Amino acid sequence: MTMGIAQIVFFLIGAVAIVSAFGVILHPHPVYSALSLVVTLFQIAVLFILLDAEMVAFLQLLVYAGAIMVLFLFVIMLLNVGRDPEVAPLGWKLTVLGAGGVLGAELAGFFLHHFAPPAAVGAIDPEFGSVTSLAHALFTDHALSFEITSVLLLVAMVGAVVLARRGTDS
Amino acid sequence: MTVPVQYYLALAGMLFAIGAVGVALRRNVIVMFMSIELMLNAANLAFVAIARSLHSMDGQVIVFFVMTVAAAEAAVGLAIILASFRNRTTLDAAQLTSLKW
Repeated sequence: MTMGIAQIVFFLIGAVAIVSAFGVILHPHPVYSALSLVVTLFQIAVLFILLDAEMVAFLQLLVYAGAIMVLFLFVIMLLNVGRDPEVAPLGWKLTVLGAGGVLGAELAGFFLHHFAPPAAVGAIDPEFGSVTSLAHALFTDHALSFEITSVLLLVAMVGAVVLARRGTDS
Repeated sequence: MTVPVQYYLALAGMLFAIGAVGVALRRNVIVMFMSIELMLNAANLAFVAIARSLHSMDGQVIVFFVMTVAAAEAAVGLAIILASFRNRTTLDAAQLTSLKW
């Protein structure tokens, strides 16, 4: 079986994504977990580009790897969180890791061996995944959902300010 | 030579499983939160892969909305963590029991 350049890139990026995802959940220090998560998000952004989703890939970098992770690191550093004390019993850890291994193997095995993707409709648009096509889909077919999203963000913003405010009256 | 969509879905499944393990394994609420972000990203990867396979933009639109919800969730969740840390000075999920019935 010969591998094209796309497949080599996919396997490299996928391996780095898996390793850094393990770094997120296994490193005892939350700052290193957050930095590992940034690496994972970058790998997923590269996979988005491989999948012709350029706009989503750049949003992933800006919103996820940029804004959300800065928020996480800000809170971690504000609270001055150190290494986690080892509190979970070993039996629980082994149970969880075993169950997670079974879940991951089942999902991967199912998709690799028992999943036939539905047939594509028509030829692919050369503009597929560009800003224009995403905006066209957002503002025509999904315009109502898009507007509701702005309400969600407003509510979340007000909620975050109220919750994080150091209250003087309570 | 392109990568079959099944490979992307299998990778997404593995990332999702790792995130699920992280939520159950860790006691630090911030790391649990990051594991949830990992699971959301695995779902996003599956959406984009299927969107490419079906030649439909709808999957990418859903990813856009998932990112919005994740941003809102991160802002509110971290504010809750901040507020509860101010009262209890702990991030250990086992000790944050005031909402437990």
